Parts: sequence; structure tokens; C-alpha cells
Amino acid sequence: MRVPLSWLAELVDLAPGARGVDVAASLVGVGLEEEALHGSDLTGPLVVGRVLTIEEAVQKNGKTIRYCTVDVGEHGQRVTDGIPQEIVCGATNFVVGDLVVVVLPGAVLPGGFAISARKTYGRVSNGMICAEDELGLGEDHSGIIVLTDYLGAERAAALQPGEDAIALLGLDDEVLEVNVTPDRGYCFSMRGIAREYWHSQGSPAGTFRDPALVSQVPHDTTTGYAVHLTDGAPIEGADGCDRYVARIVRGVDPSAPSPDWMAARLTQAGMRPISLAVDVTNYVMLLVGQPLHAFDLQTLSGSIVVRRAKDGERLTTLDDVERALSVEDLLITDGGQEPLAIAGVMGGATSEVTAATTDILIEAAHFDPVTVARSSRRHRLTTEASKRFERGVDPKVTAAAAQLAVDLLVAHGGGVADDGGTDVDLTQGRTAYQLDPDLPARLVGVPYSRERVATILRDLGCGVDDRGDTLSVTPPSWRPDLVDGPDYAEEVARIDGYERIPSVLPTPTAGRGLTHSQLVRRIVANTLVGRGCTEVLTYPFVAADFGDTLGLPADDPRRSAIRLANPLSDEAPLLRTSVIDSLVDALRRNVSRGQRDLALFELGSVTRPLPGSAHTAPVPGVHERPDAETIASIDAAVPPQPRHLGIVLAGESERSGWWGKGRPADWADAVDLVRAVAASLSLTVSVEPDQHAPWHPGRCARLSLADGTLLGYAGELHPAVLKRLGLPQRTCAAEVSVDALAAASENPAKQGAFSTRPVALTDVALTVAESVAAGEVERTLRAAAGEHLEWVTLFDVYRGEQVGVDQKSLAFRMAFRAPDRTLRTDEVSGYRDLAVAAAAARFGAVQR
Amino acid sequence: MATMSAPNSSYDPVEVAALQPEALAAAVDAAQAAFAAAADLDALKAARLTHLDRGAVATARREIGALPPSAKAEAGKRVGAAMDAVRTAYEAREGQLQQQAAERILVEERVDVTVPTGRRPVGARHPVELTQERLMDIFVAQGWEVAEGPEVESEWMNFDALNLGKDHPARQMQDTFFVDPPDGGLVLRTQTSPIQIRTMLTRTPPIYVVAPGKVFRTDDLDATHTPVFHQIELLAVDKGLTMAHLRGSIDHFVRAMFGDVRTRVRASYFPFTEPSMETDFECFACLGAEAAVRGECRTCGGSGWIELGGSGMVNRKVFTACGIDPDVYTGFAFGFGIERALQLRNGVGDMRDIVEGDVRFSGQFGMAV
Repeated sequence: MRVPLSWLAELVDLAPGARGVDVAASLVGVGLEEEALHGSDLTGPLVVGRVLTIEEAVQKNGKTIRYCTVDVGEHGQRVTDGIPQEIVCGATNFVVGDLVVVVLPGAVLPGGFAISARKTYGRVSNGMICAEDELGLGEDHSGIIVLTDYLGAERAAALQPGEDAIALLGLDDEVLEVNVTPDRGYCFSMRGIAREYWHSQGSPAGTFRDPALVSQVPHDTTTGYAVHLTDGAPIEGADGCDRYVARIVRGVDPSAPSPDWMAARLTQAGMRPISLAVDVTNYVMLLVGQPLHAFDLQTLSGSIVVRRAKDGERLTTLDDVERALSVEDLLITDGGQEPLAIAGVMGGATSEVTAATTDILIEAAHFDPVTVARSSRRHRLTTEASKRFERGVDPKVTAAAAQLAVDLLVAHGGGVADDGGTDVDLTQGRTAYQLDPDLPARLVGVPYSRERVATILRDLGCGVDDRGDTLSVTPPSWRPDLVDGPDYAEEVARIDGYERIPSVLPTPTAGRGLTHSQLVRRIVANTLVGRGCTEVLTYPFVAADFGDTLGLPADDPRRSAIRLANPLSDEAPLLRTSVIDSLVDALRRNVSRGQRDLALFELGSVTRPLPGSAHTAPVPGVHERPDAETIASIDAAVPPQPRHLGIVLAGESERSGWWGKGRPADWADAVDLVRAVAASLSLTVSVEPDQHAPWHPGRCARLSLADGTLLGYAGELHPAVLKRLGLPQRTCAAEVSVDALAAASENPAKQGAFSTRPVALTDVALTVAESVAAGEVERTLRAAAGEHLEWVTLFDVYRGEQVGVDQKSLAFRMAFRAPDRTLRTDEVSGYRDLAVAAAAARFGAVQR
Repeated sequence: MATMSAPNSSYDPVEVAALQPEALAAAVDAAQAAFAAAADLDALKAARLTHLDRGAVATARREIGALPPSAKAEAGKRVGAAMDAVRTAYEAREGQLQQQAAERILVEERVDVTVPTGRRPVGARHPVELTQERLMDIFVAQGWEVAEGPEVESEWMNFDALNLGKDHPARQMQDTFFVDPPDGGLVLRTQTSPIQIRTMLTRTPPIYVVAPGKVFRTDDLDATHTPVFHQIELLAVDKGLTMAHLRGSIDHFVRAMFGDVRTRVRASYFPFTEPSMETDFECFACLGAEAAVRGECRTCGGSGWIELGGSGMVNRKVFTACGIDPDVYTGFAFGFGIERALQLRNGVGDMRDIVEGDVRFSGQFGMAV
């Protein structure tokens, strides 16, 4: 809402000497946030100019530039020599003879932009021809202001080159732009803003002048134009229209211009003057917040009937768009037949006021906010009217608004108002709310007295009966938002001042700190960082063909992904089912930016819809807690979203440098990072070979915990997948369940005893078939080596002549230690032999 | 040895030349000279063979046996003294050379410590995660707990239960990602507030939780918008909570994150809170600077204040939808954008840097924000 200060001052006494910044501060104090302050930082000369000559030239940069001469009256710097002002202009939307707005050297435009004569495109430009945005008049920068268009031909005809344009455009006034929250529709009017400013000053008696207090409304409201309100399909029980005032003014001079002051105020408020009839309806709307509509009476044939649209009906609205109507749209119709307007949103073309209109029917109505909101959204039409109706218009201002419009049409258009009028009023009075006078203090934490509460509410326009224990409060007609106790508490706090709310730290009950799962995620992330990995966060959106790209089997459950109804891009309509689905994007981006050695990880959720589940959640009411069954079905509909860890590795894991060659990241790094993560949680990972897309079938490790719980997979990615993803060959990856890691580490780690006796090491080399997995051999040795085996590790793999074709030699080192004594050599040999025998029995292993 | 008396010649008239004091003195002199001349430990070892293990003094010692008993004692003393002198000279020189060798090794082993040392890569956390953890920890330290919820969320939890009715603008497709089919009641949560609902449905008051998480809006990515971002939100439900407690919690949060700055509050509107509040805090970047500097401040845009975020007392309707008696309990809620905190505290200018996953971005922060 744009608030010209001069207009505001007509409605409410401003504090002595108050400027825009002060008014803004006062309004912020009562909850109206400042968006911008216009006009306070512009100084002239800013004058009317007439374009005399235009010389157009295309520049090297392809831009068309106009070298103009402009008559700026006595402001011309060389006017005494008879030389007009020379100005270079980048816009092309004007012709010779046009009246334009010229800012001259010495002026300062909004934003501190100082104007001086300067050379541009090869010639000196002595000032600038202005566009709307440069003057803070709007956002338009599509061309410069042509005053004939901007002010209308009549007003422009009276202008002389050199005339001051600051006052002409209302730029001598400050215009404060405030943000109006959705609960306070009444602040979309000067009346509402003035009232709020009045409250900010302590609501002093006699200083607020309500423009809706109009004495002259017709007593006879039954002899006017026939109006019928019907609603065969109210939305949520609310009638689409519960008040309709129709007034007629005849004999209006269609060529009569709007008065300058009105045009200026509309301009300041960000609306464009169009014609007297339209300007009057807009002006009254800005003044009291009541949207009005002007019909050309001659185009109407029957009574005005307000009804819901029928299936298949169509209406061409004022913006020349033919719209298919919905049965939820509320219509103003001619005799119940032809649609004239979508109620509260936009009028139709057929009944529009034109340059020939002399008899005008003014509509001032009160429409249901939900009906208007839905129509506005359905037709993607947000208008000044719909904005106000959606947020609630004062149902008691209707007749006054119509009267204000009638008076203005009569005064400035020379029309005559019909004596009678129509006012169909089905509105219900508001019922009183019984307010506990202590509630504001209990909610806000400031000890407001009963008297203070009553006074503030009265100032706000509420009727307050304080004879009982509770305050019986009837809200004013313009405050549909005041319903419940906290609504009144907020009003009390707001008017008394939010700044009086003290700052008190609450004393929560003792908490238990982070949950185990939350701690685990930090440990996992920090462990990986310690191992040189970098955390990234990727969008979880993936392409429809991600399963093919990753080479997932046709029946792989990971192919079943949640689809978005309105994805940002049709390229990525699905939600990832694995973290690496999207993590590879970050890898590719880094590679494309020249990073080569990369270790990225992401901890995040993936979405795994249950097979066969429709994942449809009920949407119960909110007037009570849903029953357990409903909550359970909501929970069941929300797809499982397990937390996963994804890791991708490319390039070198140990760097090349002056010290020599580095080591490329390989499958083992991927496995080892998962082992490190598990170890950081006191968990041990078992590794088995597996074939699992998108990994290389020969370089994929299935990772599980001691109890067999599957953690995930790690290894080198499939070369074909890497090719399809555009990633470097040999890129490695791991994906594991963080939830599984958390669950397995839930119980505190227990310390196992360790011996301080000397260790006995013994090596054994076993020849086995190439197909035998080293991990299996190791597990067998461990199982058979007895209780004193401390550890066993593979330290060498040999293939060659000495072991024969399709054979390999695995060299293990075993460490034995007893808890209570030093083991003898023969004991150690005995254990080793047992282990070797087991390996021989299981794998045909031969000791070398 | 000029002072030496004539040997006893009654047993062996033969004078042993090697035992002559003059000879011994000369041998000691020669040994000392040889040791001193040894340039390194190898040369010293060779000199030792010649002058200590063998050589004139060693020969003299063997000759003592040939002397008459009466002469042995004196000759032994003489030879012993010479031996000691040679050994002392040897050991002194050996110590000297060992010291020199050790020093030389240290010199020889000198490296150029300015060469690169990065054999192993250095990792980094994502600063959004770090900021989130920091924010959580501020409240966990006061006894609050951390609550979480799903990112694919039911419409009821995300909207209805929060008093965002069917006709609320936020529920439209231009703001919210709907799961297909769009009438299936599932969305990508647009805020962390559904965690409030889940918490109130599963816990009984008193409740003091902080709820961080990823949220989604249908904005295209640009310098100031991202369709996926993070929020953190407070929810307190207890007997006797007021807006003063809300303000106290916000003030504490602001001081912990941005230093000792003041806050100001004003009325606002949110469907899920009533009364509602908007908070600004003093710009930490230009606080205390001269007016001219403050006017140019990029962090606050010259106003001296930074908008923090919305908050308020939990709407009675929200309590009712969750089965909490609004006549017994009051509560407050407060939300804040993590990316915004990061932008403010760490001077991150472009939202794209936060979401693109370029390792150089996280790398600038390491493990600290």
C-alpha cells in the first residue's frame, strides 16, 4: 500500500514536523512494515520538455541511440542563444512534438543519482529524459514517460515546456510504501492507515477524521436499480455476496477530466489515471478500501443478479481475455443471464464504461473472501479489488463508498444522481466475545490492567462492555480478523507497544542432549572429513530415466521413486532413491570446473516408496486432534525416508607431487572409508563380493555388520554407468545406511580386555585357487586359530610361476597373545597349524 | 724423564729403551699429534691402532715384564701415566669428532620445508550443516532437544494442522512441490513447522524442541533463491509461557550467533501463531561505526537493522489440532533460515555457491563457521 503523506495528513493529524521517516517509524511500531519511502530524495530541476528534433543512430554495441533537442523553456542552458537543450536518449518510444519529463544538470534523482552534463555516445547530454522507474514512480523502464499518455491528453494539453514537473507528478510529496499483512485488509485503504497512525500516536481524541462518515446516503434504498442476490452453491456455508449497493448517476460528461489532485493521488498510489468514472472508483477504493465497479447503464437490460456461474459459461474480462468460468465463480449478471463480471475480481468487456458513457451504475458490494480468492487464483487474476476482498472488506462501508463515488461523479462529471438507490444488506452483526481481561497479560508477559485492555480495544473501534467479570467485546466491522482471545491480546500488545515486552529466558526441563542418531551423523561426517572427504548437499531431484542411467535391473526396488506433480524441471521429476543418484551431479560439476582429485560425501535422506502403496494421505479436519487411526494412516502414507551416506571418489586418493607418484582412488578406498566410519562407531564391517548396480560387477563389495545387517555397497562404479554419467573412468563410490549404523551402535561400546604379554607373530603363505576370496580365507583362519589369536591380516598376494596357473599365494601374518602368560613357540605353531588345516580343508589351500 | 734415577742394574744390566722416560714422552706426544690430526672418526680409528692399541706405549707396557721386580713398579707407573695421557687424548678427540659428525649430519639432513606437503587431501564439512549444528548446540546447551521429521510430508502436517487452510496462498502449486498425484495429500515440506505438529502429537508438554531441516519451495535457483534450503525452528509448550519468554529465547539466540546486539520487535501475522511477532536485530557488521559508514553497510543495507524472522505464540487452533489444551498450555514458535545465517555471518553472497557442491566452497570453511 502506497501512502502519500499529504493525503494521510488530511485524514489524521501528523505529529508536528513529522516527515516520511517518522511516519514510517510510527507505523512500524503498530506492525506496518516499511517497504520503501519514495520522493523524499529527489531535487530538481525536473521540468516538462517538448521534443523538437530526433536524430537516431545505431551504435557499435547494436543499441539505437537518439540525439534529441528538447524545449525546456527558460531552463534551457543556452536558451538566450536560441539553442535548445541537447539530450541523448536510449529510449525510442516517443516522437517529435511529444511532451516528456526532463531532469536537468544539478538535479538529484532517487537513490542519490546526481545529474550533470556528460558526454555519452560521442555527444554531450545536458540532462536526461526520464522513465517511470528513474523517478520512483513505478517499475516501468520500457520507455520514457510521454506525458500525453501518462496524464491524459486533456491535462497534457495545458502543459508548457519548462513547467515544474515535480509537483505535476506528485513528486513533491513523500510516498510511504508499507507492507500489509494478510490479516489486516483494512490497511489497504487510506482510512485504515490513518487509523493505524492515529493509534501509533496514542489515539488522541479529535485527530482522526474517518472519511467513511458520510452524512448524505439515500434514505430510500428500495426504488433503485433491481438487484437480486442468489447463491445456489455457497462455499463453506458462506454466501458469495451478502451486501450489494447500486447507485446511478446520469448525464455524466464523458469527456470531463479527473481533477488534477485526484489524478496526482492515483499516480502516487501507483495507479494510472484513465477516465473520470474509472478514476473515481479507484480513488474511493484507495480512500476507504471498498472496491467499486462502474457499469455503463445503457448496456444493462435486466436487473442485476448475483449468482454462481454455470458449467460452460464464458466471459471476456476487461483485459480482453475470454475466460471459461467455473461453477465456483461468483458472477454479476444482467438479468440472471449474460455474465457482466467475475464478482470482486474483474468486470467484463460488454458493460465497460467507455468514452461514450454518460449514465453510470456504481456497484459497491461485499463478497465472500474465499470465493474471491479462489476465483482470483483460478483465473490467475490478482486485481486491486481481489486483493482487498480476499483479505476482507468492511461490510459497513459499502453505502458510504458508493455515496463518495456518486458525489465525485456529480461534482466533476456534471452528472445527476438518482434520488433512490439499492442496498440489499444481508450482513449479520458481529457477536460479542467474552474476553478474560487477564489473557493479554498471560500471553504477552506485560501486566496490562483491565482498564488498559478496555481502553485500547475501545480505541480500536471495539464495543466493550466491562460490567461483567469478562470484557464483552464486539469487534468493529472492519476487523474480521478479531475472533479469538489471542487476537485481542495481540491488539493490546501492539497498541501498547511490542517494545514493552521484556526479554526473559524460559527454564526448560532438563534435556537429554542430542539423540544417538543425531550424534552418529556428526561422527560419520567428521570421520570422513578427517579422511579427506568434502561434504556437499545436493538437490534430491533426479531424471525419469535415472534407473537406466545407473543400469539398475528392471525389477530393482530402487527404480520405484516418488514423482513430483510439479517439478521445477521436467528433466528431474523424481526423488532420489539413493544418495549417489544426485551426488554424482556434484562430482560432475567439480570435474567440469577443473577439480580432478575428489572425495565427496553427502549425508541425507532418500525416499523409498513402499511397493504397492498408493501413498495417499488423508487430510482430516483441524477442530480436534485426529484419532489414532487417522494419524496412523497419515504416517503410513508418508513414504519411508531412510538416511543414507553416499561417497564418490575420483582422481588420486594420495596425491602425486615432488615426492613421486600418487595413488589413484580405487575400490579399496571406498570400502576403507566405510570401514573407518564403522570403526568410529565401534563397529566392524564384513565384506563379501557381490554384483550390485551401479557398481562394477567384479569390483563391488557388499558391506554388512557382524549380525548380518546389510549396510550397503562400495567399490568401483560400472564403466558403462560412468560413461553414461559423463564421469571419469574408475570413479568409485559407496552408499550405506546411516540408520543401520546408528541402530547397531545404540548400545554403549564395551571395552574388551587386552593382554600386556609379548606378542608372538607368525606368517603363513597359502596357495589357493584364483577364485577363492581372501576375505573368506582370512575368516577361516581366524575361526580356527583359537582364542589366543589377536589379529590376522593379509600382507602379500603373489601370482606367478611358483604357484601355477589360476592360483595365487596369500601371505597372512597372525598375531597370538595369551592374557596371562607368554606363549611358547610350539603353542603358537600348533595354533597356526590348526588354522592352516582349516583353510586346507575348506579351500584346498596348500602351505608354501 | 730427566729426573729419573738410574735403574737398578743389579739384575739386568740391559736398559730397555722403550721404557725410557724420554721415549715414553715422545710416544705420548706423537699419539696426541696423530689424534689431533685425525680429520674424522675413520682416521681417528686408524690413529688409535697405531698409537693406542699398538705403538710405543703399548710396546713399553709389554717390556715391563722384563724388568727386575724392583724396577717394575716405577716403570709401570710411568707407562700407566703415559697410557692414560694417550687414552685421554684419544677420547677427547673422539668426543670432538663424534660431536662434529652429529652436527654435520644435522646440517646434511636439512630439507626445504617450503615445498608442498599435501600428500593427503584435506576434507571439509558443508557450512550449512556446520551452521545448523552450531544453532542446535546453542539451544541444546539450555536443555532443549532436537526434533526431526520427514522431508516428504503430509499436507495435513505441513498445512492444515498449522492453520494454513485449503485456500491459503502458500498451498498453491506456485509455492509448493506436490507429490504426484497432486490430490494425494503429500508434499515436500515447505517449512520445518510440521515437525512442531509431529512433536506435539507424540510428546506431552512441557516441550522444548529445536527442529532443523531441509525445506522445499518451487523457486528457481538464482543468486538469492534456491528451491531446497534449510530452516531451524523453536517450539516451546509449557504452562505460563509468554511472549517475554519468546523474546528472551530470540535475544539469546541472536547474541550467541551475532554478538552483543540489541533486538527490536513488532507485530506481524502468521497463520500458525497469534499473537505474532517479527524481530530485527542491530547490524553486527556496522554497529558502533560512524553514521557515514553505517549508511554504506552492505550487511544491513544501511538501515542498521537486520530482519531476523517470524515468531509468535502458538495459535490455539494449532494446539487444538494436536490435542493440547490451549486453556492449560501456552507456547511459542520461532523460525530462521540457515542459509541466511550463513550469508550474514560468513559473508556468502551467492546462493548458488551454497548448493552447487563445489569443493572450493566447503573447503574455505573446513570444520568451522
